[in-house]
Amino acid sequence: MLKDADRIFTNIYGWGDAGLTGARKRGDWSNTAKLIKLGHDEIVERIKASGLRGRGGAGFPTGLKWSFMPKEVKDRPHYLVVNADESEPGTCKDRDIIRHEPHKLLEGCVVAGFAMRAHAAYIYIRGEFVNEARRLQAAIDEAYDAGLLGKNAAKSGWDFDIYLHRGAGAYICGEETALLESLEGKKGQPRLKPPFPAGVGLYGCPTTVNNVESIAVAPTILRRGADWFAGLGKENNTGTKLFCISGHVNNPCNVEEEMGIPLRELLEKHAGGVRGGWDNLLAVIPGGSSTPLMPRDVCNDMTMDFDALRAAGTGLGTAGVIVMDRNTDIVKAIARLSYFYKHESCGQCTPCREGTGWMWRMMERLVRGEAESHEIDTLEQVTRQIEGHTICALGDAAAWPIQGLIKHFRPEIERRIAARHAVDAVNAAE
Amino acid sequence: MSIEARIADEQPETFKFSAENEKEIKRIVAKYPKGRQASAVMPLLDLAQRQHDNWIPMKAIELIARKLDMAEIRVLEVATFYTMFNLKPVGKYFLQACTTTPCWLRGSDEMMRCIKDRYAIASGETSECGRFSLLEVECLGACVNAPILQVNDDFYEDLDYASTAALLDSLEADAPLPVGSVMGRSGSEATGGATSLATLKPKQSGVANA
Repeated sequence: MLKDADRIFTNIYGWGDAGLTGARKRGDWSNTAKLIKLGHDEIVERIKASGLRGRGGAGFPTGLKWSFMPKEVKDRPHYLVVNADESEPGTCKDRDIIRHEPHKLLEGCVVAGFAMRAHAAYIYIRGEFVNEARRLQAAIDEAYDAGLLGKNAAKSGWDFDIYLHRGAGAYICGEETALLESLEGKKGQPRLKPPFPAGVGLYGCPTTVNNVESIAVAPTILRRGADWFAGLGKENNTGTKLFCISGHVNNPCNVEEEMGIPLRELLEKHAGGVRGGWDNLLAVIPGGSSTPLMPRDVCNDMTMDFDALRAAGTGLGTAGVIVMDRNTDIVKAIARLSYFYKHESCGQCTPCREGTGWMWRMMERLVRGEAESHEIDTLEQVTRQIEGHTICALGDAAAWPIQGLIKHFRPEIERRIAARHAVDAVNAAE
Repeated sequence: MSIEARIADEQPETFKFSAENEKEIKRIVAKYPKGRQASAVMPLLDLAQRQHDNWIPMKAIELIARKLDMAEIRVLEVATFYTMFNLKPVGKYFLQACTTTPCWLRGSDEMMRCIKDRYAIASGETSECGRFSLLEVECLGACVNAPILQVNDDFYEDLDYASTAALLDSLEADAPLPVGSVMGRSGSEATGGATSLATLKPKQSGVANA
């Protein structure tokens, strides 16, 4: 188990003061100017060396992403945009960073923004987080008053501004280009890539969009050293990670743990174990709703990192671990996710707009067994026609949970269809 | 839902921002580069909604369009794209119940049943007394404290039938329960007591969860 001394978010439960005084006691802002003195490229190199992979879901190497920004600022300013639109079902870690560790995020913005030669960051927070946005704005105001933001931020010689922007209820704005559209005052409909945001992003300027957690860990990594971070976790899956454990465990919680922790250990040490014991486990969705579920036999020896989960046909995603015990109506659980994606499709691409609704209606029929067995194959084929055929990954995200269900629980779906047919046959005979 | 169905039939004749909000608008617009004032459209819609009993009249859409030099249809399409903008009146207590899978696994059906038992309303409807509106919403992003009911700006967490009833009682008495977990969790630590950071826990619990 990770030692408390190696935990980055030491106030994640909000036991201490979330304000500047408390944050300073935890080491935030202690030597920001010294970190900035490392220089733009050295910061990027050290983040690369730490092995940090993006904490928003895709797991793209953070330092490498930063290095895509132009090395010179020409006629267009550079921007850092922080994705705090946390909306992936099963995920609630950024909320805790924002309300209990806001200064880690703000200091991270200064350091990351400087590394990318940006003088401004916009933090896009989901609209429902009203109280969290108030907390964050209070932290921003406090940081300005203390000279940590604005001209010569934290006496670093670098001017840096942070602006908070609230969303208004749209999952799709967690997709980086939809977020940028939304920030520009438009509907949140994703852009075609290329051009990528590092070339043409916010207001047509070079922009990097990072998840809250990726930015918030950066100052600590620089302070404690890339080696320290890289020494935790597994190769290519380094460091610590906030896990959100929800669903059928005895004690749902958020916890910062080492990457690569065995799933069973994660659940049993921190979440009080699966309700009714490990043998009562039916399936786990390991990384937020978009990642395909794993039945218990896959869960037994699974470790929680990008590569192991990918090899098992699923993913670490946001590390939102959704646990389902044997009492779960697994078809209904996935059908509810299908409804989610139907509700959240932005409507831009036909395969997603029409397909998410079609898949949801089909899933509702499967919940009741009102189908023919061959329709399971039809559904599987439709998911393949949506996956990879849309501008953004929402189409994929809607397809994957269903593919996971069919792959691992086809007998359950067939059992329902057979049961329904049996009832229908009895009714017809009467 | 068609656009007509989402917009209130009865509309006020005029809409004006308060003097205080006019100042706030200047502050908001200044966050964005010159010529990029359209970025302020969502904050201004939110401001209008807060000023106008939690819903946005069409006159406010027209006014925001003029203020930000946008076509009215551009403002309206933003107002209809994002689910948090109400274009028709809602009750004093706007109940937004999360029923997405993580909340459902933890008993959001019971929370919904409690609301329906009391007010006989479905998602999108307002109670007979006019004070309670219900909307079934998608993941609110507090899944380890599921199920969640958002009342106006505030999250109520870890609910079941009985605690939802107690919450509704408190709202009816206009004396809402403290915001956050109804089980008294300070945040997202494990229900049985935190399993990490114990060595760093202050002797007395610090700032309460807001």
